[in-house]
Amino acid sequence: MLAYIARRLLYAVPILIGVNLITFVLFFVVNSPDDVARMHLGMKHVTPEAIEKWKEEHGYDQPLLYNADEQGVAKLTDTIFFEKSVKLFAFDFGSSDAGRDIGDDISQRMWPSLAIAVPTLLLGLLVHISFAMLLAFFRGTYLDLSGVVLTVILMSISGLFYIIGGQYLFSKVLHLVPISGYEPGWQAWRFVLLPVLIGVFSGLGSSGRWYRTIFLEEIGRDYVRTARAKGVPELKLLFTHVLQNAMVPILTGVVAVLPLLFMGSLIMESFFGIPGLGSYTIEAIQTQDFAIVRAMVFLGSVLYIIGLLLTDLSYTLVDPRIRLS
Amino acid sequence: MHVPYKRLGGLGRVLGGLVWALAGLLLGGCGDQPWNSPYPPKQAGKNILYSSFSARPKHLDPAQSYSSNEVVFTGQIYEPPLQYHFLRRPYELEALTATRVPEPYYLDAKGRRLEAGAPDDAIAFSVYDIEIRPGIRYQPHPAFARDGQGRFVYHALDEDDLEDIDTLSDFPLTGSRELVAADYVYEIKRLAHPHLHSPIFGLMADYIVGLKAYATTLRQAWDEQEKQGARPVVLKLSDFPLQGARVLDRYRYRVTVRGKYPQFRYWLAMPFFAPVPWEADVFYSQPGMKERNITLDWYPVGTGPYMLTVNNPNRQMVLERNPNFRGERYPDAGEAGDREAGFLDDAGREMPFIDKVIYSLEKEAIPTWNKFLQGYYDASGVSSDSFDQAIQVGSSGSISLTPELRERGIHLNTAVATSIYYMGFNMLDPVVGGDSERARLLRRAISIAMDYEEFISIFANGRGIPAQGPLPPGIFGHREGREGVNPYIYTWGARGPQRKPIEEARRLMAKAGYPDGRDIETGKPLVLYLDATGGGPDDSARQNWIRKQFAKLDIQLQIRNTDYNRFQDKMLKGTAQIFQWGWNADYPDPENFLFLLYGKNAKFRHNGENAANYSNPEYDRLFEQMKNMENGPRRQQIIDRMIDILRRDAPWVFGFHPKQFVLYHDWYYNAKPNLMANNTLKYKRLDPLLREQKRREWNRPIVWPLGLMALLLVAMIVPAVVAYRRHENRRMLVEAD
Repeated sequence: MLAYIARRLLYAVPILIGVNLITFVLFFVVNSPDDVARMHLGMKHVTPEAIEKWKEEHGYDQPLLYNADEQGVAKLTDTIFFEKSVKLFAFDFGSSDAGRDIGDDISQRMWPSLAIAVPTLLLGLLVHISFAMLLAFFRGTYLDLSGVVLTVILMSISGLFYIIGGQYLFSKVLHLVPISGYEPGWQAWRFVLLPVLIGVFSGLGSSGRWYRTIFLEEIGRDYVRTARAKGVPELKLLFTHVLQNAMVPILTGVVAVLPLLFMGSLIMESFFGIPGLGSYTIEAIQTQDFAIVRAMVFLGSVLYIIGLLLTDLSYTLVDPRIRLS
Repeated sequence: MHVPYKRLGGLGRVLGGLVWALAGLLLGGCGDQPWNSPYPPKQAGKNILYSSFSARPKHLDPAQSYSSNEVVFTGQIYEPPLQYHFLRRPYELEALTATRVPEPYYLDAKGRRLEAGAPDDAIAFSVYDIEIRPGIRYQPHPAFARDGQGRFVYHALDEDDLEDIDTLSDFPLTGSRELVAADYVYEIKRLAHPHLHSPIFGLMADYIVGLKAYATTLRQAWDEQEKQGARPVVLKLSDFPLQGARVLDRYRYRVTVRGKYPQFRYWLAMPFFAPVPWEADVFYSQPGMKERNITLDWYPVGTGPYMLTVNNPNRQMVLERNPNFRGERYPDAGEAGDREAGFLDDAGREMPFIDKVIYSLEKEAIPTWNKFLQGYYDASGVSSDSFDQAIQVGSSGSISLTPELRERGIHLNTAVATSIYYMGFNMLDPVVGGDSERARLLRRAISIAMDYEEFISIFANGRGIPAQGPLPPGIFGHREGREGVNPYIYTWGARGPQRKPIEEARRLMAKAGYPDGRDIETGKPLVLYLDATGGGPDDSARQNWIRKQFAKLDIQLQIRNTDYNRFQDKMLKGTAQIFQWGWNADYPDPENFLFLLYGKNAKFRHNGENAANYSNPEYDRLFEQMKNMENGPRRQQIIDRMIDILRRDAPWVFGFHPKQFVLYHDWYYNAKPNLMANNTLKYKRLDPLLREQKRREWNRPIVWPLGLMALLLVAMIVPAVVAYRRHENRRMLVEAD
């Protein structure tokens, strides 16, 4: 298994270089270093000298990808791409173009994101699996049909509607929870409660329907019939035997997103005023802060690769027949 | 057989427990506060103002900070020598830390003092001697902390000392000292610092004597230190004298500017010219500080009524009363109507009135608006989403609050902003530009066709007034009534200015050689190009409207959407044909608007702010004459002539001046809008007890729908449980058979 992990990690290196290169090219196709400088220096009274000075100070005065004036390997290393990218592989994110330490910002903003994402995932798994089990148990009945119709309706409604509707009902009309805001520490629960419930409810349609399909497939298998014949109670059958055997597709969806949880949710965090990482990248794109964009895309890629690796490893835990080689 | 029921019962108990725990948390966590209060119970009834911000301020260093969302903070912390009178209109400068508004004296090229009233061309230098009041002290700050021997405690820190430091408040000791004239000179020198990139350096280098050369000196010194391996590089600015900014004594300093530049006084009311203590620079430049985001750009040090105690722009920024603030009296005179409006109720009382201000991050307009309605924000603007809920427009166009808001005791203040949005023609363009009569008539025809009254009504909810020229109301030179109307576009009627009919525009088109929108020489339809930024759904509606205005003249308008970077690039290269832009006043002087059309300020040739690249020798001559004059009849006369030229040449379609709407609750006082001043927080007053009472009244929790929801849930679960039991019973019977 260790060899497998090592191999997968080595595969990650060219992927990360590629992602970094694509991010770099896309960013600088839209924004030239002059544009970035102008954005940071402000809209009024910006002189060409100030732009040049800013670029020089922030390392944007070199060629983007290829330095024809240099010799040998310096043709590639004395470029903005190399200078800005190489430190990322040591997880040194450096400073944003506005001068803030990116690592410090990430470490501050990841906790509020996790405060919403982790309970939403865990509670969501519990509710969605239970709901799907219920539908699977009553398969072919009016209850099942009603449940499927409900999931389709829930899936058809925009996520934004749940947020605005939830805020309107529970905060504006019923005055039960704050509309938006955040407090660190234990007081966070008052601000996190509504987004988590909305997150769970809005995911009920798609997850409920997906898990129902998985469970229905499992319920038709021989071992289920055998278990029933042996008198295993239906609930035990569903929540132990069926659930365990349905874990591989569930894990595929869940474990891969685990590391990405801390990247946050843009819309949820915006509407609830949660100071998480969800809006960090978008803000950076809007303010043309390439340092943050580069760091966040790199981090997202690393986390996604780790997520996929963890998914593979988790298969071996839930299904002993799977061997990684 | 009973196991499943037991399990269901266990699940039910768990769910029941969770519901009770939740209710307990809600009740326990909120005390007797409204449950939906976003603030901790301990803040109830406190003299705290609650406000919001939507984007993190980029800079709080006074040498760098320029944006409106930054001066909200820096304006309350830093004190430049001058400020705008809070109540008087037109806007008037008064002393803040200075003893009086400085009157410059003038020198000729040989440095000899000139008599007052000397001709402008004899003036080589203007000298401003500024005297500050003694006894003003800085806020408590670790940069000033000294030990028993008088040595600075935190000026020689190493990484070990900073091990437990994450924010500025982690430094246990603070100190303070008296504000001195040298601090103002220090800040002027900082404008030329090679690594601060002050946005006004380019402009000030043209005026403050020696500032440009000073920047070169500092850069050389920086490079020298860097070569010698100094880490971090710290420039001791007191070692580098600046010719144009000198300390005269402890409380007096002198700024010398080139030529006559009366607008310099307005700059003295901006944070760029606020004092910065040298101790702060030494403190923040120590190794390890920047890595912890402890910089002057993040933690300002000022003498103002407030100090920034929490700076977490991801969530909250907090200003608290500066305990060392000297105190300042609320003005005892304003303009007509101020006394009746209650703006003089606090006359002579010591400011600031509010103890603490909490700004929370709000990215979306809907939650912000709802929190204002719930009483959790004290004042609010009016977004497009909430306009209909807040404002009703009468049949005569009069604007008032909706009954719902009036019942809540909410008040509305409006003010025309010192800004203009306009549509510009690139005067370098062969079709719409140039000084030919043909192009001029075409531009005037388009100006008539662009019905900005309709635009304001549709896209700005009536929040604006059509512009008759470049000067907004409130700026010297702006004329109201009949004499202020643009005669090329409007006629004066019984109901005020009336836009000329479209037939008049079509007549001008025909005269220009474009009858029915076709070039009389080639017979081809006239196609014009508007360079615009955006392309979203809102922009699309606006652009369709603009197309329709041009279509009234049978002109085919092609809109070239691009991002703001490309747009700026086109403007710099002078390749756009028609464009839309706006300008927000730096200071309330006509020069700050009329320079937007000054030939030597053209964007293409001189990288200035004259985006239309307009150049008219007479206008330029008059501008040079007008810019240095004191306000008075002669200046008004010149401005009138300049505006006549602009109206005739029509390099812009004078769009509109936006109107600012501010809503505030009954418990919020002294809400008179002042669009030039940045430091208005100290004038505001609250009645926190009334606020607390209203918040409780408006936000009583309604719990019964939760019970209803629980009942519905049970009603859904019970049939499932029954069905499950029946299913299991049937199975048991089958197994028994």
